[in-house]
Amino acid sequence: MKRQRNFVALVSTIVLLCCGALLLNQKVSAAGEGKITGNVKFEGAPPHMRGIDMSKDPWCVKANADHPQHLENVVVATNGGLENVVLYIDGWSGDATVEKTVPVFDQKNCMYTPHILGLDVNQTFKVTTSDQTAHNIHPLPNPMINVGWNQSQPPGAPPIEKSWKNPEVIPVQCNIHPWMHGYFVVVKGPVAVTDDSGNYTIENVPPGTYTVKAWHEPDTTQTAKVTVSAGGSATANFSFNK
Amino acid sequence: MRTRLHKWFLLLGAAAFFALPLTSRAQLTTEDIASRDNMESHVAGYTGHVQDAAYDYRRYCVGCHGDMGDANGEVAQWLLPPMWPKPRNFQLGVFKCRSTPTGTLPTDDDLFNAITRGFDRSAMPIWNQFTKYQRANLVAYVKHFSPRFVTEKPGTPISIPPEPEVTPERIKAGREVFARVQCWKCHGVQGMANGPSASTLQDDLGFPIAAFNFTDGTRPKCGDTDEDIYRIFMTGLDGTPMPSFADNIKPDEAWDLVFYLRTFMQQPSKAKEIAKTLNLKPVSANP
Ligand code: HEC
Ligand code: HEC
Repeated sequence: MKRQRNFVALVSTIVLLCCGALLLNQKVSAAGEGKITGNVKFEGAPPHMRGIDMSKDPWCVKANADHPQHLENVVVATNGGLENVVLYIDGWSGDATVEKTVPVFDQKNCMYTPHILGLDVNQTFKVTTSDQTAHNIHPLPNPMINVGWNQSQPPGAPPIEKSWKNPEVIPVQCNIHPWMHGYFVVVKGPVAVTDDSGNYTIENVPPGTYTVKAWHEPDTTQTAKVTVSAGGSATANFSFNK
Repeated sequence: MRTRLHKWFLLLGAAAFFALPLTSRAQLTTEDIASRDNMESHVAGYTGHVQDAAYDYRRYCVGCHGDMGDANGEVAQWLLPPMWPKPRNFQLGVFKCRSTPTGTLPTDDDLFNAITRGFDRSAMPIWNQFTKYQRANLVAYVKHFSPRFVTEKPGTPISIPPEPEVTPERIKAGREVFARVQCWKCHGVQGMANGPSASTLQDDLGFPIAAFNFTDGTRPKCGDTDEDIYRIFMTGLDGTPMPSFADNIKPDEAWDLVFYLRTFMQQPSKAKEIAKTLNLKPVSANP
């Protein structure tokens, strides 16, 4: 009997929450937000990515015994898709992104997962560690643009919550494991990073004509013009050769 | 003749190479810096003024820190890390010795103490022969190079509980903390700056930097009292690989760790005396 009542309570909570979500969603589509999607390809033969020597830290070697890690400067999928390309809108003047997620930058098997985190200015993100070896997380912004910091994350360390005030490509490194290298790419407005097939989707883009920028490390940028219709989806594909 | 020319080219090349990372980040103009001429410091019961330090700065600091505060003084090119760290670039507003959390500005007191103390294992002299007024004015002068001191407030100094009595138990507990948070990765299991990651350490400007060797009799750059050492690992030395451990070491444990670090150091201390009776083994580098 009691269990039944609990069940009813649970179901009605879920229904209520769903209604709430629908309502919120409606607000979003009422503004007519669309999206920009596409694919980024790598042209020609992908460069060889050197394997990483982790012998400084036996724990890291053991953690990657089954799947040795390689540098991640250029990661190309078998279908030619280019991973880790950051896509954003040039000269964004709209409001802050409607729904802000809190993306996670994890230290896993002595690598950064993801390798690149795309962020809106002032968007909160979390740095976590899944490893049983100590890291120090040390972003290196230009001090004239953003303020850097350097924090230790030994095994079991609590997550660190941070954000960046200004747009900048910020390299991040671990001094304990010098091969660990990634980026926080901070832009104004919505941002996406290509997945392991080179695909991306920039959500929450109001109708209008935009210049989409595609950035690939260390410093190559391409642009494309797209027009997003109310609630529609525009496509912009890119191709890089380095 | 040929070889002499050759030498000059090498020398010039090296100077240009070492100056590059510093110049590439120094972007401020004389006007921009002058716009902060009204910067003050409040330290030692005195208000320091930029103008009042102009003479001392030009006479005593310019050679290394440069007249733009960008660490491009004429001596700077001859300072080769890791033996001789580069002078601080004041335009960047990033400082090693802080009582404030990592990523925040130091207090006026922190800068005052750094100037008074000088930096062991570097060319930065001790300036305790200056009056406290001179030093307070120099603090204002150092601050006026960086726009950060206008747009941001200094961080809130970390709170340090009173130092407990050192006991054998605390020293042993400190050894556990040293092992758990893995200070040894850089500093080595015996504190000799020879941990597995020591050889590849670089500072934020890309210069090689050595971890602190606790055993060689030199002093920590940011002070050598027990409180100073506590502060060093709870705030980190910004601009270097030395991180902050504030999120991962509790205040009581931090004192234990200070006592354990003391056992490595040559300077006499009660912890060192007690440790003689404990026969502690170095922590394991393969936990
Ligand atoms: C002979 C060269 C030299 C001279 C002269 C010199 N400095 Fe320095 N200074 C340095 C070096 C080198 C460092 C960096 C030391 C290090 O990082 O280990 C430094 C660092 C500093 C710092 C950084 C403190 C911190 O916590 O990061 C301050 C402040 C400073 N100096 C102030 C001064 C002032 C004020 C004067 C003049 C009264 C002066 N220095 C003269 C070489 C010099
Ligand atoms: C990622 C490498 C790294 C780790 C991990 C590390 N340190 Fe350091 N530490 C350094 C470096 C590099 C310096 C030298 C900074 C300098 O000379 O400016 C340093 C300096 C120090 C100093 C002297 C600072 C001074 O004022 O001269 C102390 C004390 C210290 N570390 C304690 C610790 C303790 C305690 C831990 C662990 C809780 C630790 N360190 C972990 C790299 C590290």
